[in-house]
Amino acid sequence: MPAHRREGLVLAVAVGIVAATFGVLADAAGLSIPQVMVMSALMFTGASQFAAVSVIDAGGTGYTAVGSALLLAARNALYGPVVASLFGRSTAMRAVGSQFVIDETTAMAAMQNEDDIAADAFWWTAIWLWTLWNVGSVGGALLGSVIGDPEAWGLDAAFPAAFVALLAPHLRTRPGRVTAIGGGALAIAAVPIAPAGVPLLVASLAVLPGWLVHRRAL
Amino acid sequence: MSWTAIAVMTAGAYGFKVFGVFALARIGDRSAATFQSLTALIPAALFAALVAVQTLEAGGALQIDARLAGVAAGALAVLRRMPFVVVVLVAMAVTGAIRWQTLG
Repeated sequence: MPAHRREGLVLAVAVGIVAATFGVLADAAGLSIPQVMVMSALMFTGASQFAAVSVIDAGGTGYTAVGSALLLAARNALYGPVVASLFGRSTAMRAVGSQFVIDETTAMAAMQNEDDIAADAFWWTAIWLWTLWNVGSVGGALLGSVIGDPEAWGLDAAFPAAFVALLAPHLRTRPGRVTAIGGGALAIAAVPIAPAGVPLLVASLAVLPGWLVHRRAL
Repeated sequence: MSWTAIAVMTAGAYGFKVFGVFALARIGDRSAATFQSLTALIPAALFAALVAVQTLEAGGALQIDARLAGVAAGALAVLRRMPFVVVVLVAMAVTGAIRWQTLG
């Protein structure tokens, strides 16, 4: 198996563990198994799914759950321009590809140097990830009482640690480093004053200082 | 949670993805060079923000807890060029161990 496909599989296994956490939480929040299945198969954007069931679990309303889920889902739009060229000109391909435009697939594609390998990395990561995300979610929902509290296992550290690894290739250039530091700082500054999801959108503004550094280097 | 809420979230989530691939990506057809160098930096901004928020956010506020130690250990594993699985497992183990210690 080529390295980029293997890396996609490894990432999907780690994300599958995180999916089990989602299943446990969704079960605790009173969601039925079909509801968990539909969310993971069709909504297919982890942070939003977590936000929605957390709000319900904490006694929040459906409106609040939908609101925070959509704010967190909005960042996937920003990944569109990063990966759109990988889908070619076919409208059907782009419509199908869109469903899989999330943090992880963008990360695996953006890590490759050549376009055809980037497309292959995107699709294989999408296949592995979608499969294991769904298996993990249902598994977590079914075995919720056996697993107990996912945080006791340190599962909430798995996702940020995985993204340190996915961020690393972007830190090799100076514009990348400037953008990453800016994005992290903006997000941290926004957390206490903005609802969930907004800090990530605000962080995207950090591409501007990164771009200025990039231009000065030309 | 109601099925209506799930349907709205599902449609909305796909809507954002489609908007990015079809509409946002099209802006690039007009000012290719600038647009490409800007979009190439989006993963750096958002992944750094994801790491920061997932490590330090709790209930809408900043909070330093066992996650920070776990993610720091994971970052060290990245610096030492450890495999991805090791990075994730190290972070989980350190965070889990600290919680286990503090809870007795």
